[in-house]
Amino acid sequence: MKNNKTTFSKYLVSGVAALALTAGLASGASAAENGKFRVGIVTFLSGPAAGPFGVPSANAAKVLVEALNKGELPAPYNKIGINGAEIEAVIIDEAGGATKQVEEYRNLVQRQKVDAVIGYVSSGDCLAVAPVAEELKTFTIAYDCGTSRLFVENSDAQYMFRTGLDASVDNIGAVRYLAATRPDVARLSGIQQNYSWGQDSWADFTAAAAKLLPESEVVEEQFPKIYQGQYGAEISALSVKRPEIVHSSFWGGDMEALVLQANARGLLEDATGLLTCGEASLATYKDQAPNGMIIGARGPFGAFAPENDLNTWFKGAYNAAYDLDPVYPATKMAQAILGLKFAAENAGVADKAIPTADQLAAGLKGASFPSVSGTVEMARGNGHQAMQGIAYGEYHYEDGKASIVNSVAFSGECVTPPEGVSAADWIAQGFPGAQCN
Amino acid sequence: MRFDKTEISLAAVAIACVLFGFVSPGWLIFLLTIAFAKALVVQGVVMQMRSGLVSFGQGLFYCIGGYTVGMGGQFFGIHDAIAALSLGMLVAIAVAMVLGLLLTRYRDIFFAMLSLAFSMILFGILVKSPGLGSTDGFNVHNWTIFGWAPDGGESSQHTVFTLTVLAGLMIAVLIHRYTKAGIGVICEAVRENEVRVEYLGLSPRWLLYGNYVSAAAVSALGGGLTALATGHVDPEMAYWTTSGEFIFIALLGGLGHVAAPFIAAVVFSVVRTYAIELVPHTWQMILGFTLLGVIVFLPKGLWSLVSRKKAGERA
Repeated sequence: MKNNKTTFSKYLVSGVAALALTAGLASGASAAENGKFRVGIVTFLSGPAAGPFGVPSANAAKVLVEALNKGELPAPYNKIGINGAEIEAVIIDEAGGATKQVEEYRNLVQRQKVDAVIGYVSSGDCLAVAPVAEELKTFTIAYDCGTSRLFVENSDAQYMFRTGLDASVDNIGAVRYLAATRPDVARLSGIQQNYSWGQDSWADFTAAAAKLLPESEVVEEQFPKIYQGQYGAEISALSVKRPEIVHSSFWGGDMEALVLQANARGLLEDATGLLTCGEASLATYKDQAPNGMIIGARGPFGAFAPENDLNTWFKGAYNAAYDLDPVYPATKMAQAILGLKFAAENAGVADKAIPTADQLAAGLKGASFPSVSGTVEMARGNGHQAMQGIAYGEYHYEDGKASIVNSVAFSGECVTPPEGVSAADWIAQGFPGAQCN
Repeated sequence: MRFDKTEISLAAVAIACVLFGFVSPGWLIFLLTIAFAKALVVQGVVMQMRSGLVSFGQGLFYCIGGYTVGMGGQFFGIHDAIAALSLGMLVAIAVAMVLGLLLTRYRDIFFAMLSLAFSMILFGILVKSPGLGSTDGFNVHNWTIFGWAPDGGESSQHTVFTLTVLAGLMIAVLIHRYTKAGIGVICEAVRENEVRVEYLGLSPRWLLYGNYVSAAAVSALGGGLTALATGHVDPEMAYWTTSGEFIFIALLGGLGHVAAPFIAAVVFSVVRTYAIELVPHTWQMILGFTLLGVIVFLPKGLWSLVSRKKAGERA
C-alpha cells in the first residue's frame, strides 16, 4: 500500500511537470525572433458570426498580408510588408467567450510573441481584452466591435486603438438618413436581438429619432432572442401596428432570415426596412429583399467605400482571390491592417526594424491615414478612436445584380459626438456642435 | 490533525506549482490559474456526480461567484479579494439553499434539466440588465488583498495564481476528507441504491441537499477566482455551454480521485489552446475527438490511467 501511494504522488508530480514542460518547450519553438513582423489576427472562425463577419475578415487579412509581403499595394503602402519586414499572420478563432479570449490574447503576446494584435468583433471581447492590452503593453487594434464603452471605461488607454466606428454612429447616421430622405415619417418600429448590441442600437436610434424626427413616434418594438431564426410572431406584432419604418440591428443569419420572412409576409412592402448592418449580406439577398430597403455598412465600408486607388486595388485583389466583392467586415479588417502599417512606418524607426509598442502607439495616436474607406482620422477617444463619416442607401436588385441607390453620406463631425461627450448625452442635448454637409 | 499521504502529496504539488509560477512565462501562469479555478467548479460537478446527480447548470454558481466579485468591487466598494470571494460563496450558498429545496426532489435527467433551467434564468436576467453591461459584461479591477494592492501586470497575476493554488489545495483536502468520511461514502450508496439508504434510516434527500449546497460554494469560489484572473465577467459564465464544459472536464478526469478534476482541467486547457493555435478552423473537432477517445478507451476518465496501474501492481 505504501508503495502505491508513493507511486501515485510521483505520478502526480511528474504528470504536472511533463505537461508544463511540453508547453514551455513549445513556447520556445514558436517564439522565433526571425525578423518578421508577427501580427495576431483574431476573428470568428466558427459559430454564427463566422459566416457574415469572421470569414470575410480573415480572407481580407490573408489577401492583404500576401499582397503587402509582395509590395503590391498602391502608394503610400507600396513598401514591402510592414516597414520592410515581412508580415507573419497568426490567425485564431474568436469563438468561446471573453475568458477564453483573454487567455488566447495572453498566449498570442507571451507565447507566440506577436508584435501587434488586430481583431475582435464581439464587444464583450473588446472590453475584456482592452485592460490586458494595457497590462501587457501590446499594440492592439479593435477592428470591428462597436461598444461605446471601450474608451469610456479605458479612458487612459495607451496601446488599445479602434479603427472601426462606434455603434452609436450607425444609429445617429440612420436617423439622419431618414431625416434627409423621409422627413415626414411618423410611425417607427424596431426589431432587435435581445443582447447588448440590439439594446444599445435601439436606445441610440429612438433617442436620436426623438430629436431629429420630432413628429415621429415609436409604435412597436420587438426583442427576440439572438439566433432565434423564426420571427413569425414578431413580424405579426409589427405588421398590425402599421409602421412606416422597421429598424433592425440584426446581423448574419438572423438578418437574412428576418428579411426573407418579413418580405414574404408583406411587412417590408408596407413598411421600409432599415438594416444598420444590411450591407454584409448584399450579395445574398437577391430578389428576396424588396427594392428600396435601407441598408448601412457601419461606416464607409464594403459597397459604401469610396472610389480611390486603395479601394480599387483592394476590391480587385479580394475579388480575384474569392470571386466576391468585399463586404464591410472585410473592408474594416483591411483598414485596421493599413492602420498598423501606417503606425509602423511613421514610428520613426530604421528600415526593416520592428517598432516597439510605444513607437507604434505614438505613430497612430491622433494620426490621419489614407485607407480603403478614404481618410481615417484618429480624432476621438484621446486619439485612439477613428472618426469617419457614414453612408446609408437603398437596396436595388435588377437583372440579377444587386446595387445601392440613393446613397447619402454624412461627415464624421455630423454623426460623432465631440471628444469627451458620451453619445447618449450628445443625442439628449440635441447634437450640439454637429457639422453636417 | 493528521494528514494522510494524499493530502501531503497534494500540498507538495501545490507548493511546487506556486514555485513553478515564479519561473514560468505569463501565459502559462494564466492558463494554469484559469484551469485550476475551473477545476474548482468541476469539483462541484464531481461531488454531485458521485451521488448520482449530473448538474447541467453548475455555471449558475460559477457566474454568481464571478459577478459577486465583480459587483462587489464595482458597486459596493468591496475591493478585498478574500472578502469578495467569501461573499461570492455566501451568496451562492444562500441561493443554493433555496433552489436545493426544489432540486433535491428530482433525480436523473429531471435534475439535470432543472439545474440547467435555473442557470439559464440567471443568464436571461443578466442579459436584460443594461446596468451590468448586458451581454458585454464589465471589468473587474482594483482589487486588493489584506489591504495590499498588487501593482498590475505580473505581480497581480502571481497573486491570483498563488491564491488559486492555495484555494484549490484547501478545497481538495476538504473534499478528500469528505469523500473518505462516512457521509461521503453514503453519497455513493445513494447513487447505487437510494431506497436501501433510506431503509438504513438516513435521508438521501437531505444528504443530497447538503452536497448540493457545498458544491455550490466550491463552484462560486472557482467563479470568483476566474473573475479576478480574467479581469472581466460576462453572462456567458451562466450559459449552458459553460456548464457543458465543466461536465466535459469532469468526464475527462473521472470520479476516481480528488486530483482528477485538476489534472483534467489542465489537460483540457492545454489541448484547447494548442488546438486553437495549430488548427484554428477546426479546434472544436480536436476537443471532441479527445473526449471521444477518453470515453472509448478510458471510460473512467484520465484517472483510470493511475488507478489501473495501481491495480496492476497489486496483482
